[in-house]
Amino acid sequence: MEAHAAPHHHGPPAAHASSRVNREVLGMFLFIASEVMVFGAFFAMYFFVRVVNSVEWPTPPFHLPVYVAGINTLILVTSSFTMHWALTSIKKGNRAGMQAGLVLTVLMGLTFLLTQLLEYSRVGFAPSDGAFGSVFYGLTGLHGAHVLVGLTILTFMTVRAFRGHFSPEHHDGVEIGGIYWHFVDVMWIVVYTTVYIL
Amino acid sequence: MRNPIRSEAEAFRFLILTIAAFTAIVVATALWGWVAGVLVWLLATVAIVVFYFREPSGEPRVREAPAPHDPGEYRVVVLANETVGSGELFDEVCRICKARDARVLVVAPALRDRTHTWTSDVDPARADAQARLDVSLANLAEAGIAATGEVGSGDPLTALDDALRTFGPDEAIISTRPVGQSNWLERDVVAKARERFDLPITHVIVEDVA
Repeated sequence: MEAHAAPHHHGPPAAHASSRVNREVLGMFLFIASEVMVFGAFFAMYFFVRVVNSVEWPTPPFHLPVYVAGINTLILVTSSFTMHWALTSIKKGNRAGMQAGLVLTVLMGLTFLLTQLLEYSRVGFAPSDGAFGSVFYGLTGLHGAHVLVGLTILTFMTVRAFRGHFSPEHHDGVEIGGIYWHFVDVMWIVVYTTVYIL
Repeated sequence: MRNPIRSEAEAFRFLILTIAAFTAIVVATALWGWVAGVLVWLLATVAIVVFYFREPSGEPRVREAPAPHDPGEYRVVVLANETVGSGELFDEVCRICKARDARVLVVAPALRDRTHTWTSDVDPARADAQARLDVSLANLAEAGIAATGEVGSGDPLTALDDALRTFGPDEAIISTRPVGQSNWLERDVVAKARERFDLPITHVIVEDVA
């Protein structure tokens, strides 16, 4: 055994008042903040092309499948409700509710992504078809990539839920994944409104 | 200010607000043109910002400062993994606490491999650490030592850092297996702790782990 006192002070900073956010949530908070900036760059491109350069939207002869995307939007928004249900359930100790909520969320997220891929195959233009095509695929593709990441997180959460993880006291895994999923939904509301409707 | 993504419930509420705001923008644009849409967007943005900045969080501020020492009290933090219930460590804690008004905090990091770390699958590791901790605390209580315990971060240096902030120890004990068997020694945890933290650190090596 040996004892030793360090000759110089390398200790942690003085005790401080915490930010009231635990480390995991803070990590997700900072991650989402960086994501908002990434989306901000893509929206800047969109507004530059559409407002500053006055590109007609959608550029003729192309059309955007507004109604199909609208149904897809409803599916994605509904998935946020089932996500919220899952977390509310586990907070109340309702494990079956959490499992059902997570499974429904994964299924709806998957439906959204597959529908978007189907939309890409039938929309009739490519990213190389001018600024309009580039912006459309850039924004919706960026969001689709986030849905894919969210689905990966949700899949891990769901597997863990069925393996007996999470409890009314410990459910950070569901909480943090839920925050990300709602962020993905918020971004889609903005993308759908600006790209498809307005 | 209330943080809109500090919890799932807050993020869900922010989503609802977003849906409401963008529905209003679309309706205004459809009815009165794009200028009305921009105006509604401005109003909604201001309203949401004011809402979040004016609403108090409603939660007490947590102060992460160590509780003040009673006069003459000596605080020892013990950082140990599988060795937490060993005789060598128990003897060393007893030696340090002997004839002292001592308080001990035992920190058992939740050990997990990379796969479990990446998948956030920490629950089994925490349960194992808690079980080891319970044995150690029971032994210390039997010896008449005032000890509390907690399951710490999987990273031993972070776990020790946390204990320093919340417990304010006068001395630390790090318990490991011998060189060649200890993952912590392979990562130079003891040397790094001595370099980073300004307090006496005793290294206990446990030959046999039950």
